[in-house]
Amino acid sequence: MAIVGVAESDLGLVAAGMTPVDLMAQAVGRALVDAGLELADVDGLCAAAAQLLMPTAALSAYLGISPRFVDATSVGGASFESHVASAEAAIAAGRCETVVIAYGSTRRSTRGSGGLPSDTDPYEGPYRPVAPFTQYALAASRHMHEFGTTREHLAAVAVSARRWAQLNPKAFNREPLTIDDVLAARMMSYPLTVRDSCLLTDGGGAVVLTSAERARSLRKPPVHVLGTGQAVTHMGIAGMPDLTVTGAAESGRQAYEAAGLGPADVDVVEVYDAFTINTLLFLEDLGFCAKGEAGPLVASGAIDPGGTLPVNTNGGGLSYCHPGMYGIFLLIEAARQVRGEAGDRQVAGAEVALAHGNGGFLSAQSTVILGAASTI
Amino acid sequence: MAPEPGTAETSPLHQYQEHLRNGSFRYQFSPRAGRGFFPPRVLCPFTGATELEWREASGFGTVHATTVVHPRDGEPYNVALVECDEGFRLMTRVEGIDPAAVAIGQRVRVSIRLPDGDEAPHPVFEPVAGEA
Repeated sequence: MAIVGVAESDLGLVAAGMTPVDLMAQAVGRALVDAGLELADVDGLCAAAAQLLMPTAALSAYLGISPRFVDATSVGGASFESHVASAEAAIAAGRCETVVIAYGSTRRSTRGSGGLPSDTDPYEGPYRPVAPFTQYALAASRHMHEFGTTREHLAAVAVSARRWAQLNPKAFNREPLTIDDVLAARMMSYPLTVRDSCLLTDGGGAVVLTSAERARSLRKPPVHVLGTGQAVTHMGIAGMPDLTVTGAAESGRQAYEAAGLGPADVDVVEVYDAFTINTLLFLEDLGFCAKGEAGPLVASGAIDPGGTLPVNTNGGGLSYCHPGMYGIFLLIEAARQVRGEAGDRQVAGAEVALAHGNGGFLSAQSTVILGAASTI
Repeated sequence: MAPEPGTAETSPLHQYQEHLRNGSFRYQFSPRAGRGFFPPRVLCPFTGATELEWREASGFGTVHATTVVHPRDGEPYNVALVECDEGFRLMTRVEGIDPAAVAIGQRVRVSIRLPDGDEAPHPVFEPVAGEA
């Protein structure tokens, strides 16, 4: 199966009155143009959105389609990577031929918080955690305690993401950012400042997938799905078995095994950087360095433009966009890198890309490995 | 009419809160699993067993993770994860100490808060005197 079309909707602060479904439909329309396909070709639909109770029903109705296969699996920002695995199974089983995965959110325009579970969890409510900052800060505290990770290591993640964002015309924040800027920014939940935290923007995206056979006849180089993996380890942060090891270790293992590849084969990495601690955790858990060593790795500049391990080449949730459930953007950027379409931020010779989504409070993890035709 | 066998007459949450109101910090223990767990549930997350016991915790635990929330309005406050000696972990707040001075590894002891009004009873923790 291959990705044959990708597109973002309007991003940043969208026109007043635009709804999440407007943005999803906008992205779908653009992604189909990118693929050289029509709405009539779409017989499978996957969607997730914090603002929509029935995202696939709402989007089907808006688009005027009746897909044979639908999946509204909702695991936060990991949803879209999980949708890729689901779409792959559906296409392989002959349940449908062409699947669209879509996301949209107007949380900046509507200033919504998405009603994250901690707001209503009766065992957490009395302690007033500010979701999601508090939960990710707790995880960061453990990483700092066990491995000596510092606030400067965390800040280096944000600085790196900003350097990539400066190469991305669509990025929301592109002005220079230093370690000191991050450390001096408004503290949200120690050790995470607002610059350690993802943006709050509107936006949406869509990807179009079809069989490898059909992909060959379409207008863009197919981006093949080489392997997928998923894991859920907890819901509330107190239930996370080990605050320094995420389910990415398991989802990554599954994806690498299915692809017959390892971390050394990956040319470009896109991980859901809801907070700076996420990038450190995922680099470790996906095997790009040993547990506890991601801080020094990032501080060395290795993940920056020109570095040995390109990570979050669009600027990430930290600097490019973050409408709430970021996972679709990982797939879009990974596909563009494999296609050679990433312009100033193109990683030369990128053939294998890894997209890793995260949901909840490090609760759900989902990994997709993509590759150029030369890799299958 | 008598309730169906297995009907939950009182929710796990309300049982937990009722114990707190009686001055007792309790957690559920699964005899089949041989271990306890938190938060309270209708069945054991290790075995699925529905035969569960409410056991009184010693109240002692160790700070497992900690942060200080800096709200827009109001003073910064502590939020922590405490690993209780009985082997379960919960989100809570460590009081009686500067929020920023709460440290992973500190020994703490439970203190039950019974607020007035609508706020639910809940356990907080305080540093144990004389222990690291």
